[in-house]
Amino acid sequence: MALVLTEEQSMLRDSARGLISDKAPVSHLRHLRDSKDPTGFSKELWHSFAEMGFAGLLVPEEFGGSGLGFMEAGIVMEEIGRTLMPSPFLATSVVAASALNRGGNAAQKSEYLPKIASGSLLATLAIDEGAKHRPLQTSLQAVRAGNGFKLSGAKALVVDGHVADLFIVAARTAGSAGERDGLTLFLVNPKAKGVAVERTIMVDAHNAARIELSNVEVNADSVLGEVDQGAALLDGVLDIGRGAVAAEMVGLSDEVFGRTVEYLKNRKQFGKLIGEFQALQHRAAELYVDIEITRAATMKALQALDADVAKAASAVAVAKARAGTTATRAVQEGVQMHGGMGMTDQFDIGFFMKRARVCEELFGDANYHTEQLARARGY
Amino acid sequence: MSDTESAELETFRNETRAWLEANCPPEMRKPATSDADVFWGGRNAKFSSEPQRIWFERMRDKGWTVPDWPKEYGGGGLSAAEHKVLRAEMARIGARPPLSSFGIWMLGPALLKYGNDAQKKEHLPKIAAGEIRWCQGYSEPNAGSDLASLQTRAESDGDDFIITGQKIWTSYANYADWIFCLVRTDPTAKKHDGISFILFDMTSKGVSTKPILLISGYSPFCETFFDGVRVPKSHVVGQINRGWDVAKYLLQHERAMISGMGERGVGRPLGQIAADSVGTDAQGKLDDAMLRGKIASFDVDEAALAACAERAVDLAKSGQAHPAFSSAMKYYGTELNKRRYEILMSAGGVDALEWESERSKQGARPRAWLRTKANSIEGGTSEVMLGIVAKRILDLPGA
Ligand SMILES: Cc1cc2nc3c(=O)[nH]c(=O)nc-3n(C[C@H](O)[C@H](O)[C@H](O)COP(=O)(O)OP(=O)(O)OC[C@H]3O[C@@H](n4cnc5c(N)ncnc54)[C@H](O)[C@@H]3O)c2cc1C
Ligand SMILES: Cc1cc2nc3c(=O)[nH]c(=O)nc-3n(C[C@H](O)[C@H](O)[C@H](O)COP(=O)(O)OP(=O)(O)OC[C@H]3O[C@@H](n4cnc5c(N)ncnc54)[C@H](O)[C@@H]3O)c2cc1C
Repeated sequence: MALVLTEEQSMLRDSARGLISDKAPVSHLRHLRDSKDPTGFSKELWHSFAEMGFAGLLVPEEFGGSGLGFMEAGIVMEEIGRTLMPSPFLATSVVAASALNRGGNAAQKSEYLPKIASGSLLATLAIDEGAKHRPLQTSLQAVRAGNGFKLSGAKALVVDGHVADLFIVAARTAGSAGERDGLTLFLVNPKAKGVAVERTIMVDAHNAARIELSNVEVNADSVLGEVDQGAALLDGVLDIGRGAVAAEMVGLSDEVFGRTVEYLKNRKQFGKLIGEFQALQHRAAELYVDIEITRAATMKALQALDADVAKAASAVAVAKARAGTTATRAVQEGVQMHGGMGMTDQFDIGFFMKRARVCEELFGDANYHTEQLARARGY
Repeated sequence: MSDTESAELETFRNETRAWLEANCPPEMRKPATSDADVFWGGRNAKFSSEPQRIWFERMRDKGWTVPDWPKEYGGGGLSAAEHKVLRAEMARIGARPPLSSFGIWMLGPALLKYGNDAQKKEHLPKIAAGEIRWCQGYSEPNAGSDLASLQTRAESDGDDFIITGQKIWTSYANYADWIFCLVRTDPTAKKHDGISFILFDMTSKGVSTKPILLISGYSPFCETFFDGVRVPKSHVVGQINRGWDVAKYLLQHERAMISGMGERGVGRPLGQIAADSVGTDAQGKLDDAMLRGKIASFDVDEAALAACAERAVDLAKSGQAHPAFSSAMKYYGTELNKRRYEILMSAGGVDALEWESERSKQGARPRAWLRTKANSIEGGTSEVMLGIVAKRILDLPGA
């Protein structure tokens, strides 16, 4: 597989870019934030996303989706990263759709996947419990009760948690925190008795929530995949999410960088364009290289996911780790090179810095993924 | 790619895999440990071992010393996709290149683009077959990064040029058979406009070399002196006074080559090499958390760079590559290789300090470590690479 976009993929990118840059430039996010929008994203835009086939991009055609791959999902994520458009695409169309498609039985797939594809159902994975991403540390309890389970515990940073129609909750049915065995995924209705959802207003003005489950009853049909054996399913789903977030971070980094280079070509000090100063030129050049390397690593990871999700872990770890360091550098240089302007809320650059920080935490930061690679390589 | 194309490629992959399995001697399936273990070809070439000879000759006979050159010039005539498959299959078994050569990496691509028919027929097959070893006469004592200020002059004398001047840092000039050289043919023109790219035999009257010792204790390069060397004008590649175009094009290939130096992705992971000397804890983790972190970050960056190198080739093949991209790759690749050797030195501790002993293979590691410091100097320094990226790719202002 060549690490360049095919003609179809370029067309997909162009149509995603067209829609997103037209309907959801950064001012769109600014407006949602400033108006304290209760939904946190535009339902109308989500509708357009569904009409263009993006909401069901990863959903197989038999369930009404486009049946495309992770490379294509990454292309859309990259465009979302460029304008920071708040969208259910990541939580619903990438992560939840993958969880259902990979782990669901026939009944679950035919119930949920068509609704995801049509844009009528929002779903999200509830995984992290502590401050940092540690999937195996899951301790939310699921105990058998009758022919079903009772769930109790709390989750932090549930993306789109306050608007979702369906939670996919990682719970512990056996063993203790830190162990691979004993994890199970459950489909939980947010409206069910005992579910408390608190929308958290985050630094990046994107949707997130904390949820708390107190003796929430679910029946046996709500198990996604196999009881106690959820870790393998979760690994794959999380890697898909990581690849997608890495792609968002590539788009975000590239956009910040482009804006910064433009500024260097226009801002004058000391009677010169500041882009003439070698101290800035070399830093810009280094950042360019970082972004290109990260882009390639991310494409590599998405291709690996398309080839075989179960074998993509190392490529994904590389991509997400690199995306973290590169995006961090891109937004820091972006603010720095804009001088005082970069520090103002009125100027967009700060939005990118905030979103980059959230993306860095989502599904594991650079340290986490660097550690994963070290373990995989046996040292 | 159509289905038949990908089926053909699969067949090619299977055949290539089988051929490599059958023909690559086991000794050639690990990286060379020293320069003496690399085969450079040339009139006075000697093989350091029988497997080296066998491997070279078998690959040469298939045209796979230069797999993507046309067959008429001794190449393998492979398509871009086939070449990628061959590289991947060689990497899979850790097969080393059968022939290392400035002719392959630098002069060949320049001749393919700028050479006339006679020049291509004369020189390319000898490069492919490892018969002639080339050196590069670019740098001068007062023309390093600012290469275009070079002063070696070529004065017209009928059908010949008479070349007088001095080059420096000429790698392997004392072993090379021929030189590709930048000379000033018009001292009155602006500095980029009076340069020609010319080829001549190092045994020509008036050529002399004087080796320079490197900090690694080896002497792979020379001062090279030209005292009235007579060279036919027909040896100029491209047009007279337009040598800068050829020189720059060649540098792109040189930089792409240097960015790929370092035994990337082959052999044992750095972390495991480090474990030998540093030790591990009960969980099998390196017993030096800071070093472990540095190695893991290195591994991330190395894997990402490998993806980028692969992408660079794919971009070039699909005509989307920026011509200056090799400068970006050269910058990152060489800085990364220096990091690799800093880690290896730190991991090796006291053991990596021995300079002369059988045990240390004559100080192989510290000498290699010191050699890598040149990676970010030779072929254009890191600072010059960043400048090229800033100006040519990012289009930042200022000359
Ligand atoms: C929170 C805050 C509080 C402030 N408070 C005050 C205050 O109380 N009073 C006051 O007067 N000012 C204040 N300032 C302004 C501050 O001093 C300026 O922002 C600062 O001097 C930079 O100027 P600039 O913003 O115009 O950036 P610019 O000068 O336009 O710089 C843009 C970028 O170019 C770089 N650059 C510029 N020249 C060169 C060069 N020669 N070589 C290399 N790089 C170069 C800069 O380092 C920067 O990265 C404040 C700024 C901030 C952010
Ligand atoms: C091992 C080795 C092998 C070599 N082999 C060959 C060979 O085979 N043939 C050949 O022709 N040459 C060869 N070279 C020479 C090499 O190309 C030059 O050393 C290189 O171009 C740098 O030139 P210089 O040494 O004169 O350093 P200088 O140009 O004097 O540079 C000194 C320092 O100044 C910095 N600098 C210079 N200009 C700028 C600028 N505009 N902005 C910012 N910083 C700048 C440089 O980055 C460097 O750090 C080799 C060099 C080495 C080390």
